[in-house]
Amino acid sequence: MITRTTTEGRLTRALLIGLALVFLGFVLFLPLVVVFSEALKMGLVPFLDAIHTPDALAAIRLTLLIAAISVPLNMVFGLAASWAITKFQFPGKALLITLIDLPFSVSPVVSGLIFVLLFGANGVFGAWLAEHDLKIIFAVPGIVLATVFITFPFVARELIPLMLEQGKDDEEAAISLGASGWQTFWHVTLPNIRWALLYGVLLCNARAMGEFGAVSVVSGHIRGETNTMPLHVEILYNEYDFVGAFAVASLLALLALVTLVAKTVLEWRFDLHAGARH
Amino acid sequence: MISVRGITKRFGTYAALHGIDLDIQTCEFIALLGPSGSGKTTLLRIIAGLEFQDCGEVLFNGKDVSSLPVAQRRVGFVFQHYALFRHMTVAENVAFGLSVRKGKARISKTAMRLRAEELLRLVQLEGLGARYPAQLSGGQRQRVALARALAIEPQLLLLDEPFGALDAKVRKDLRRWLRDLHKAMGLTSIFVTHDQEEALELADRVVVMDHGRIQQIGTPDEIYMNPQTSFVSHFVGETNRIAAATGEVHFRPHDIELVANGSETVVVDNVFRKGGVWRVEGLLEGSGQFVELDIDTAHSQPALGETIRFRPHRARIFNAYGAPHQGEKS
Repeated sequence: MITRTTTEGRLTRALLIGLALVFLGFVLFLPLVVVFSEALKMGLVPFLDAIHTPDALAAIRLTLLIAAISVPLNMVFGLAASWAITKFQFPGKALLITLIDLPFSVSPVVSGLIFVLLFGANGVFGAWLAEHDLKIIFAVPGIVLATVFITFPFVARELIPLMLEQGKDDEEAAISLGASGWQTFWHVTLPNIRWALLYGVLLCNARAMGEFGAVSVVSGHIRGETNTMPLHVEILYNEYDFVGAFAVASLLALLALVTLVAKTVLEWRFDLHAGARH
Repeated sequence: MISVRGITKRFGTYAALHGIDLDIQTCEFIALLGPSGSGKTTLLRIIAGLEFQDCGEVLFNGKDVSSLPVAQRRVGFVFQHYALFRHMTVAENVAFGLSVRKGKARISKTAMRLRAEELLRLVQLEGLGARYPAQLSGGQRQRVALARALAIEPQLLLLDEPFGALDAKVRKDLRRWLRDLHKAMGLTSIFVTHDQEEALELADRVVVMDHGRIQQIGTPDEIYMNPQTSFVSHFVGETNRIAAATGEVHFRPHDIELVANGSETVVVDNVFRKGGVWRVEGLLEGSGQFVELDIDTAHSQPALGETIRFRPHRARIFNAYGAPHQGEKS
């Protein structure tokens, strides 16, 4: 009886693992290979030329700028929200936790539309903005807003479970020893959450650079001005410039790979750290 | 002297403390003893300044500190789960309270290191300063936590279930060690515990709490020998509780004598050796109530089914409200 169940188990296991591998191969690995092989189909020189066009460089610059603004913002927002939720009791806490998840549950296109409805020419603040000659939609501020909204949950969602588990004892110990709030945060809280924070920032960055839907709605697709890398890939592809499209796409794919490696390293450090605590 | 005056605390609709009054003399070692939910930890945290009362006041040497935050009360607080800073070495942990000082109070790095070494020597962890908390045993970690709390030269040492997370043997050693340290350093200390044995062994005076009220304050001997309420009587030490017409009769298993014309009769259901005595369990004849009796091992081991006649020679009667009925009964 025991032998039979074991054999069955082994067979089932092999089948399940095989299925998972085939699935991963088709859905993840094959597309990745296609991206790089298409990009390098004509050789290295056309690949580099495609990246060196002014429009492509402008898209890369804009993507880096958007990430450079929205990631630090969300790091601070995420930290503040997690701190508030895990260290204090206040009315509306449950609502705040739900709201943090909102960007994950709303379609990115809808997220983009919200900002158009608020700040667009016919939007709620449209007339006022036009009066003061401020441009948000179809400009960099709009893209930043949309990106910040989309990537808001990443840091907070990493920190909240960890900070809940760690409790308030360390902070209370620090203040009972005479530390100020800032000293407590800097010397006690931050070191306790540094790996989770880095991990959240990494995921936040990957999404900030790769976001398509919401950014597409608010950007206006102005070449060399409001095109981020994902938007630029779409334009090139629609113009049948496959090498160009895949060349820029391969940069994004590379970012994904780097993120994956960094994430693995962080998880390893994180586990090591968590393990050492007990 | 530490004084607590009319402290009341609610969490939402739940009343954690009702009008607590307590005076603690300098150099006293006080235990707050009670079951979970009795309010003992809340009271400790209010004295520390980690929690704030709804009304009443806390006085340190006659000075009202009610509105001072914990950082300004100069209290050492030791947590049940140590709360050591895991990314700092043992020495850095101990010196933390000194390293966060600002302005004139700041001392040099060398002075900090020397002070940390001195404190580690005091808690018998000399030479372990470079280790991380994760590399220490539970008992060692709690001693580091204690050294860290002592580094700020607290006027009051507060310990929240300090031995709660340790195993029995370590707990016992650490207990004895803490009592010696308390005496040697002339500290004023308050510790919270749900373990009556710990409270009776360590404290100069025990404060027994239940449902946010103080049930009794007294020396361990007074608490054990003269419990003032039904709750104290059965929470501290083992007590048989027998319903009677006059109220509830309480007597300790060892407060009995075997007499041929004893007032009570019990049939032995179970018997085992409990240290120097036979512990007999059985039902009282007549009322069928469960009792435990201790019989000196000078007697032969009682047999199962045997009938034992006895008389409680020291008992107390409590009325329906848990208050003593009429002093002692003999």
